[in-house]
Amino acid sequence: MNKAEKHIKEPFMRVIKRDSISWQKAILVRALAIIGSLLFSGIICYLLIGANPLKLYITLFEGAFGTKRRIWKLAKDLALLLCISLAITPAFKMRFWNIGAEGQTLIGCLASVACIYYLGKGMPNWLLIILMFVAALVASALWAVIPAIFKAKWNTNETLFTLMMNYVAINLVAYYLLKWTPSGSSTLGMLSEGHLPKLMNNEYLLLILVVLALTVAMYIYLKYSKHGYEIAVVGESENTAKYIGINVKKVIIRTMVLSGALCGLAGFLIVGALDHSVTTASAGGLGFTAIMVSWLGKFNPFTMILTSLLVVFLENGADRIVTVFNINDAFPSIVTGIVLFFIIGCEFFINYKVIFRKKEAK
Amino acid sequence: MKTQLALELHKVTKTFGSVVANKDVDLSLRKGEILALLGENGSGKTTLMNMIAGIYYPDEGEIRVNGEVAHIRSPKDAFEYGIGMIHQHFKLVDVFSASENIILGMKDSGRYKLSEVHKKVSEITELYGFHLDPKKKIHEMAVSEKQTVEIIKVLYRGADILILDEPTAVLAPQETERLFSVLRRMRDSGKSIIIITHKMNEVLSISDRVAVLRKGEHIATVNTAETNEGELTEMMIGKKVTLNIKRSDPQNVCDRLCVSNINSTNADGVKVLDNISFTARAGEILGIAGIAGSGQRELLESIAGLHHLDSGEIVYHDPKNGKEENLRDKNPLQIRDLGVRLSFVPEDRLGMGLVGNMDITDNMMLRSYGKGHSAFVDRKKPRDLAKRIIEDLEVVTPGVDTPVRRLSGGNVQKVLVGREISTAPTVLMAAYPVRGLDINSSYTIYNLLNKQKENGVSVIFVGEDLDVLIELCDRIIVMNSGKITGEVDGRLAKREEIGIMMTKDTSVSEDKNTEINKDTEEKDSE
Repeated sequence: MNKAEKHIKEPFMRVIKRDSISWQKAILVRALAIIGSLLFSGIICYLLIGANPLKLYITLFEGAFGTKRRIWKLAKDLALLLCISLAITPAFKMRFWNIGAEGQTLIGCLASVACIYYLGKGMPNWLLIILMFVAALVASALWAVIPAIFKAKWNTNETLFTLMMNYVAINLVAYYLLKWTPSGSSTLGMLSEGHLPKLMNNEYLLLILVVLALTVAMYIYLKYSKHGYEIAVVGESENTAKYIGINVKKVIIRTMVLSGALCGLAGFLIVGALDHSVTTASAGGLGFTAIMVSWLGKFNPFTMILTSLLVVFLENGADRIVTVFNINDAFPSIVTGIVLFFIIGCEFFINYKVIFRKKEAK
Repeated sequence: MKTQLALELHKVTKTFGSVVANKDVDLSLRKGEILALLGENGSGKTTLMNMIAGIYYPDEGEIRVNGEVAHIRSPKDAFEYGIGMIHQHFKLVDVFSASENIILGMKDSGRYKLSEVHKKVSEITELYGFHLDPKKKIHEMAVSEKQTVEIIKVLYRGADILILDEPTAVLAPQETERLFSVLRRMRDSGKSIIIITHKMNEVLSISDRVAVLRKGEHIATVNTAETNEGELTEMMIGKKVTLNIKRSDPQNVCDRLCVSNINSTNADGVKVLDNISFTARAGEILGIAGIAGSGQRELLESIAGLHHLDSGEIVYHDPKNGKEENLRDKNPLQIRDLGVRLSFVPEDRLGMGLVGNMDITDNMMLRSYGKGHSAFVDRKKPRDLAKRIIEDLEVVTPGVDTPVRRLSGGNVQKVLVGREISTAPTVLMAAYPVRGLDINSSYTIYNLLNKQKENGVSVIFVGEDLDVLIELCDRIIVMNSGKITGEVDGRLAKREEIGIMMTKDTSVSEDKNTEINKDTEEKDSE
């Protein structure tokens, strides 16, 4: 023990919470993080496949923005991801960790397809679309409100509960696919009814406009409505909410109904505007990516446009790299992972500062 | 002969942001003694001990263990120096047995053999006279047994210096006695013990010396045998200061809030409110004195509709129509809907009264946002109110859009009090409204409270500074361990008198008061 004592000194570095940081500095830290992440992924790529990093970056941009078709695809992917991100945002702002957006979206898809499957024939298309819309929103809202009720009544852990509901939803879809496909192939072809109209002959435009409107609406809802205010208070401090007489349980349930219904909207859009069918992968992991988008966007719908753009840009760009460089298709995930790691990691330097040991007097 | 020192603190200072928790504290612990660390809540006792136990690292000053300078950077380092701390809140794994918890996290050579651990634990319990079954699971244990596990955990690791943070707060009187006899045995076998407490009778019965902290500073260390309750109380709460708070005579006094026989128990089964009855009158400031944690918070929260009561009544007399309303078991909204204009400045300003991350305007809205039928909030009126409060109360802030957590303690409090009195309350409850505030801000708050009183509001003021209570309040009730131990007139009260009511052992005092019933009671309990 004595020997150890002599070598023990004041800790080499300590971490201290920052009081605040100027916005210029915060942007600088984040910009540095993005540049750093791109450099780092370039180096990784060079080491792995020996590709010229510069060419890699160019391919990345080309993959995302290279042609008119790719830009539209980017916009579509962005809109869909943003839609689900917006859906979970009120819940997250309330500190209700709804990681069940995947399942809630999937249930929306399933409800829409069920409408087409059972009622599609012999019904005017406009009526069918309205039915699909209502069914998707109601089904997803119900799916989301179950964990909310349990949380409000018995304070169950919403993270686990919503996560588990995803798997139930996936298997429910699998079950209906089996039931609906007589051959037992479990793949439902593209259905010919219940297509949303194309605006200006563009298959993505309606979807994009709907999500744009939703973004504005969500911004207003969170910032200017009484509901939004209550959500913020409950999220910041449940004690304060109780102190001023907010019915916390009611707010939790109401917000999750909204969150679920918007996932249902996403499901409805996927079926009505894009897939016209359902598979167990209809939500395509967007429900999880949306969590990141929402967090990185600090629950601000307009900032979330940028964060979802970043994610979609990386995915689409890296997809192109896979084709051009003929490498393993795990590569996009690696790049996305690196970038997100840097971006999330840089938040540490925004919230904390590191103090090194002062020089010894001796 | 010079007594050997186990632990020395020399000019230790620790700050958290702008809050000074400990300032230039000198302290020494002899080998084989029990040192009581006495001080009010917030006087920096726990922070100081946490530095010795390696949870915090001091900003300045040095700690010596057995005469040598020690750098204690983590609880692990602390154990290497033979220092172990038993925290107020137990850190045990519920589903593990006592022995499993005791060896948890220990790195020693040799194989993991639970039977040997059991044996060693039993040896320790026998040596010092504990009662503990090493195989019993934590969740099956009573509070006192859990505490025993914590103590043995520290002894098992070979600690020679033990720090106990308010160990008696969770214990019944007999259990306290048992703990004390164990502690005495440990002392006699050469261990050095620091015990944090603010119960005066315990200090006198267990300790060899007493160190008193006040507002983060070390006031004195005295031999227990050479001191008395009065002297210690004075050191703890400070000498009389002249304050000159203007106190007007109460006008048009009438009953506003009658609390009768309310009882409440917390999750651990400890009685936090024990048969509390009092009346708060309009046009009067009612002070509530007591060591922090004697049930003041629960009392105010019960009135505000935030704390569940087992029994009793809280009756509000409406000044407008003379009706009586029972507020018990109503939530804050129901209370407001009854037309009861109750304002509450809670102790936890940023955790309950305000939302730290929201700006001043949004915090103003907390009380009023629900008014009207529009789905959207109206920020104009709250913004005007925020501006008015900033101007009237001289709140120092860059603007109404600044998050309140960025403001200093005094300004946060002005925002909170300003909002609460802006609703023209009939009852105003304020818990420690001047805690952490400088003199000027404190006076602003006192004046606000006095003005409310002159307007015919019934003000309930929970305070810790006896001088302030005596100069500000018309009547003072004293709380001690969930009970009311006395009521005094603010104009006639003596601080010593209140000090004794705050600290005396409530079970003893009851015996004295009910000496006639004592014999029969004792027979009943046996």
